[in-house]
Amino acid sequence: MKAAALAYARAKSVDDALQLLAAHGDRAKVLSGGQSLMPAMNLRLISPELVVDIGGIAELRGIAVKDDVLRIGALARHVELLRSPEVGAYAPLLAEAVAHVAHPAIRNRGTLGGSLAHADPAAELPACMLALDAVIVLRSGSGERRIAAADFFQGIFQTALSAEELLIAVELPVVRKNVTHFFHEFSRRHGDYAIAGLAAWAIVEGGVFADLRLAFFAVGDRPVLAGAASALVKAAVTPALIAKACATLGGELDPQDDQQASGDMRRHLAKVLLARCVATLLGRPELAGRAA
Amino acid sequence: MIAAIPISLEVNGERVETQVLPRLNLADFLREHLHLTGTHVGCEHGVCGACTVRVNDEIVRACLLLAVQADGGSVQTIEGLSDSGEVDDLQRAFRDRNALQCGYCTPGMLMAAQDILKQHAEPSREQIREHLSGNYCRCTGYQAIIDAVETTARLRRGGAS
Repeated sequence: MKAAALAYARAKSVDDALQLLAAHGDRAKVLSGGQSLMPAMNLRLISPELVVDIGGIAELRGIAVKDDVLRIGALARHVELLRSPEVGAYAPLLAEAVAHVAHPAIRNRGTLGGSLAHADPAAELPACMLALDAVIVLRSGSGERRIAAADFFQGIFQTALSAEELLIAVELPVVRKNVTHFFHEFSRRHGDYAIAGLAAWAIVEGGVFADLRLAFFAVGDRPVLAGAASALVKAAVTPALIAKACATLGGELDPQDDQQASGDMRRHLAKVLLARCVATLLGRPELAGRAA
Repeated sequence: MIAAIPISLEVNGERVETQVLPRLNLADFLREHLHLTGTHVGCEHGVCGACTVRVNDEIVRACLLLAVQADGGSVQTIEGLSDSGEVDDLQRAFRDRNALQCGYCTPGMLMAAQDILKQHAEPSREQIREHLSGNYCRCTGYQAIIDAVETTARLRRGGAS
């Protein structure tokens, strides 16, 4: 189908965009890369009266490291995350995850800010924000606020963003020592939405997790930072400990049934991912099969 | 009443100045306003890849871009690549290897295939498959398409067919 009739405004600056959003509220939609908004409009799932195109706002571009913070502008496209030396050096998890997002033609347009504001529970980048302990920077006419990724995602396509706010950037803490990561997703075909996925970030010292953040996606109404990770931190990891963490994880998740997989299958796959992740990060392949 | 918006862009090297309604997507603009019907419309929600074109030298889904977003930009369609001879060898390889049947996916497939050939002189079959993974073909089963792209890469490196 085609999008319904809409009015279009090209915002010249963040202030300009915020004024348009303040004037039109939830009758307006922000157009960034459009790779989620345009399908939704073409399918008539949404029909905004006004589309505010922020694609030309230079202030929302850029990827830079300053004072041990990696700041990524909302308009950073997937292809830019893939190629960025800063992302490669300080958030390689993100670069690895982006390769699983859709296909080249989509990655040339889709943006980080767009993906986060859209908040598809099966999407890779929101989970990466949880794993990387991101702060999400939002701005409205009344000022700027910073919100932890864990508080930003609130449900299926639901976030802390109000209709009058714009997602400006994300800030990731830069950790330089003993940092490692893991990313894997199960999907029917490379580039499809995940059936279950895991983005993980860890500090490993002497074969032990000094820190471990496990962010699961496609297993609930939002990305889930698993509490199950805490049992694996500062502990000698054994098959029994992994089994215990998997049992905890099973209780934390409430995955949905859909045409791709049952909730039980998703819960099982999440446990498989946990075991494989721990085995990979600790370099102990014998632990990989200890999910059940 | 929503007013048409003036746009100015380059399409296949020619300047186009016109007015469009904001809801019009780039694929429909190319087909219905400029009569460049080589860009096909399949799913209209970014899944099938039949509408793949180049905007500012990068491949994109023309159905997921409003025509007004292309204002100030440069668009290349399969007509442009075909007329300039840029994909002449690729088209020949598709014909020789029967890498098309109904032909509906072929323009988008050629756009995506030429994109990886520009990025990699010697792509592996796996890389070709991954790069074309966003383009559906319901006839060929893909093997012949991968063969044709692989052959074109080899010939462009100066190898034998």
